[in-house]
Amino acid sequence: MRFQDVISINDFEKDDIEYVLKTAELLERELKEKGTLQYAKGKVLATLFFEPSTRTRLSFESAMHRLGGSVIGFAEASATSVKKGESLMDTIRTVENYADVIVIRHPKEGAARLAAEVAKIPVINAGDGANQHPTQTLLDLYTIKKEFGKIDGLKIALLGDLKYGRTVHSLAKALSYYNVKLYFVAPPGLEMPRHIVEEISDKVDIVETSNLESVIPEIDVLYATRIQKERFPDPAEYNKIKGSYRVDLKILEGAKETLKIMHPLPRVDEISYEVDKTRYSAYFRQVWSGVPVRMALLGIVLGVIE
Amino acid sequence: MKELKVSAIHKGTVIDHIPSGKGLKVLEILNLPEDSTILIAVNVRSEKLGKKDIIKVEGKILSKDEVNKIALIAPTATVNIIDKWEVVEKKNVEVPDEIIGIIKCANPNCITHYEKVKPKFKVISKKPLKLKCHYCERTMEEEIIAKNLL
Ligand SMILES: [Zn+2]
Repeated sequence: MRFQDVISINDFEKDDIEYVLKTAELLERELKEKGTLQYAKGKVLATLFFEPSTRTRLSFESAMHRLGGSVIGFAEASATSVKKGESLMDTIRTVENYADVIVIRHPKEGAARLAAEVAKIPVINAGDGANQHPTQTLLDLYTIKKEFGKIDGLKIALLGDLKYGRTVHSLAKALSYYNVKLYFVAPPGLEMPRHIVEEISDKVDIVETSNLESVIPEIDVLYATRIQKERFPDPAEYNKIKGSYRVDLKILEGAKETLKIMHPLPRVDEISYEVDKTRYSAYFRQVWSGVPVRMALLGIVLGVIE
Repeated sequence: MKELKVSAIHKGTVIDHIPSGKGLKVLEILNLPEDSTILIAVNVRSEKLGKKDIIKVEGKILSKDEVNKIALIAPTATVNIIDKWEVVEKKNVEVPDEIIGIIKCANPNCITHYEKVKPKFKVISKKPLKLKCHYCERTMEEEIIAKNLL
């Protein structure tokens, strides 16, 4: 076992990432042949969602069931003794008696790290505030690898709110392990934070721009994210920007035939629905990627998959 | 001249080579008991620093934690332990690789503000001082660190 918990993408070396992607690939193949697998038979996953995130929770639950294990847990803190003021540490100390692995989502940053320190069983972070969501990053990488058969050599654009977007921060960091060219496309004021650019700029080529149209012809992957309205003090300013980052058929006229569009979902209006049916859309396959990747992570931390 | 200043107490701790103007801040973070006997010298001429502050604490030997605390705002400081008018131990303060419990995290949404856990930071740069919260992974720079001393 190479790691006992999955808390932050910053804990992952390139080897660890490759190991997860490879394991996910093997599991996906086996799953297609056999249907449900039995690696986690008799094992129990506790999903502790202190804030709701139905997609992520369902993805983990699906992964555990497909590994032959079972699931307990809660979907929001208001239904538990947390509401009565129980500390996170006490919740963890209680739940670890019922389960073999914990998946935690919590609104406070650092909650997953603390949970992992307290718990005797493995902990997987399913999002801690604005900090980390490492399984999302791993499934993003897995999707890219599946779509192209590789990650090295690709030109990848990250689009949208790069300032506050947790997903794009982790993804940029993880992609810097590969031989890629990155394009950070953001409206003025929502650019990628300097410390992230500085951290990775000696490892990968980076182009920063606010003009999507100008990079469309060059790129292999367009990773779109939501621009949150509430980030803008002036609604008129938002409306102006909103249009310029809408991925529609018109802007795709200049794209490579092999371009793949990804999105962590849910989308609002960054990608128009007409794009769904085109060869470019990879975002629903990206959702599926979450299952084999989370199966791999569960299997690895449980010690049932080598 | 220097010898005279350092050995002017019978037993206790002398914190020397504090950057000029930081003396009061050092005193503040030491948070000594109200009845402590303390001597402060401000803007003393120094060969090393040009000007420096000195603090003498009568009757108290500072712990390692307290010394580390000083390093965060006065990295040039030296700590002299005095017994029977003599310097029995002299140590440079040094920022440790890890800082536990001395500073609180500047991120208001950090779990350390909500659970009974000691804040813990990894020192990612000593000069300029830069810390990374072990829990929320947010980094803090010198100016913010000084404001978040516990
Ligand atoms: Zn923190």
